[in-house]
Amino acid sequence: MYSYTDFDEAFVRSRAAQFRGQVERRIAGALTEDEFRPLRLMNGLYLQLHAYMLRVAIPYGTLSSAQMRQLAMIADRWDKGYGHFTTRQNIQFNWPKLPDVPDVIDALADVQMHAIQTSGNTIRNVTADHFAGAAADEIEDPRPVAELIRQWSSDHPEFQFLPRKFKIGITGAPSDRAVTRAHDIGLRMVRDASGEVGFEVIVGGGLGRTPLIGQVIRPFLKKPDLLPYLEAIVSVYNVMGRRDNKFKARIKITVFENGIDAFRAAVEARFAITRAEFAGIDQSQLARIAAEFAPPAFRAAPDDAYLAARAADPQFRDWADTNLAAHRAPGYAIVSISLKAHGATPGDATSDQMRLMADLADRYGHGELRISHEQNVILPHVHKSDLPAVHAALAPAGLATANIGLVSDIIACPGMDYCALATARSIPVAQQIATHFKAIGLEAAIGQLKIKISGCINACGHHHVGHIGILGLDRAGVENYQITLGGDHTERAAIGDKVGPGFAYDQVVPAIERLLRAYLALRTGQGESFIDAFRRLGPAPFKAALYPDEVAQDAA
Amino acid sequence: MARQFTAKIVTANALLEGDVIYLTADDRWSRNHAEAELIDDEAHAQLRLLKAESQRLLVVGPYLADAKAGPDGPEPVHFRETFRTRGPSNYAHGKQEAAHV
Repeated sequence: MYSYTDFDEAFVRSRAAQFRGQVERRIAGALTEDEFRPLRLMNGLYLQLHAYMLRVAIPYGTLSSAQMRQLAMIADRWDKGYGHFTTRQNIQFNWPKLPDVPDVIDALADVQMHAIQTSGNTIRNVTADHFAGAAADEIEDPRPVAELIRQWSSDHPEFQFLPRKFKIGITGAPSDRAVTRAHDIGLRMVRDASGEVGFEVIVGGGLGRTPLIGQVIRPFLKKPDLLPYLEAIVSVYNVMGRRDNKFKARIKITVFENGIDAFRAAVEARFAITRAEFAGIDQSQLARIAAEFAPPAFRAAPDDAYLAARAADPQFRDWADTNLAAHRAPGYAIVSISLKAHGATPGDATSDQMRLMADLADRYGHGELRISHEQNVILPHVHKSDLPAVHAALAPAGLATANIGLVSDIIACPGMDYCALATARSIPVAQQIATHFKAIGLEAAIGQLKIKISGCINACGHHHVGHIGILGLDRAGVENYQITLGGDHTERAAIGDKVGPGFAYDQVVPAIERLLRAYLALRTGQGESFIDAFRRLGPAPFKAALYPDEVAQDAA
Repeated sequence: MARQFTAKIVTANALLEGDVIYLTADDRWSRNHAEAELIDDEAHAQLRLLKAESQRLLVVGPYLADAKAGPDGPEPVHFRETFRTRGPSNYAHGKQEAAHV
């Protein structure tokens, strides 16, 4: 894992000290709220519905056990004993008090973390495949490049006041677990015909009010050209992007309005200049960073204990079947720890749970943890012989739910339970869907399914790319939920389509049940997932299940 | 004909804790919606909002929210304001806690 240089340390400490002064001046009255607001947002501090919220970056979703323990300490000391992991691999504390925030920032700096550029019209936390460095299908670990991008974008003087926020996602594997096509810039590591590794560069993707799938601006970019090319894209956007209308200010609109060809031409012209400006220091820095991401020393050991536990313990077997992914090293597995126990708040972990996961990472996982954009925690490197012990330790802490990728593994934004922008609640809808499908015993039968819920059009809950998307809106002073179908967050990225009128708060669960019972009746067999059945059949039979009264009327 | 004025209260967040607060008729900031001043007159509402906006050391983001008279004092009209009177629905945090703030 990356550890700060003296330069990083000095930068983060100076920003912490600067913010402490700003908070003191706000409290003393020397700064008005209008003056203070952009300063606090630069440091990830929001004012939400009931309290302040501090958003802390977890760069490319990678956390050490010591960092996880510090997050637990912060949760206990300055918050309410828990944290919320988000769809952008951040953690949010929902209840800090303003005078305490400088101390929280210092405590983060103590473990080489910060909240810089987790808000504002800047380049945000760079997100990555949560299986990076571990996945069996990976071409290369994308995290050294992600760290290079973090360093380049942090406090980049040209990019502190972009037209709008800017999100970069990267994956090193052909299976896209980083939703690269829904980012302002998506990077996919690919090989060219000669086998050389480079990047497919995707631009102009994004969800929100105007959901758009990103387009390929460069099918293959050589690795040394990455930063100059990124700098060219962002600087062209900085000039061409619209500042007259907040809702048309993202790069997806710039690309859409100008067309990908015109945008590409402008980027290539700019790239001719930026490429000459990069004298190679980025590449020597990248080499230094890459050395810090050397894989841990994997051990060769028999996995008899794993096989024996599978045979003996059906609960362990269920968990292993759903929560493990293929690791690149023989004898190892990637463990997804579900933060989606039925009825729990998606993405929330208590301080005790954080400490347990940190301890397990130390004991069985080379001290490493990952946060997924799907709001779960990953132990990326666990030897299979240790899995029974890991499972046994997770179970009493409520962390052994065997539901990764199933109906209850729901992404949900904080919604109107916390967020000042929300138009409806998300969390209770997720809780009700999860508990309902467990109660009626259909979770295993339904199999692989992505439900994603957002509490407003800004789509933090990624509803557009859910197989089933749920969007909470305010319709004439009442919560109302639109359902979209057919979205996909993977390398087959697609925006789901709205199929009809929205549902009242208490009608969402029955609607989803009708939809999924229709799927069970229509599928060719257990091997056909919901999204596969949807692609085969189209929306009509699912729409009929959602709106049976309309069907009855048409028939009458 | 001018549209009818809907009764209002002045609400904001407290600067230090971020907690939801309400302006009372006797110029206090209460944590309790029922203690808010229910304002029937549009001009008076604007004056009360100005008063709130001048208190930069105490409050952040004051605004007028629709409210209606209830047996124990003003009650919120919109569900967002109802949520603000109590806190989140997933945990008994915020104003649902006895020892809150």
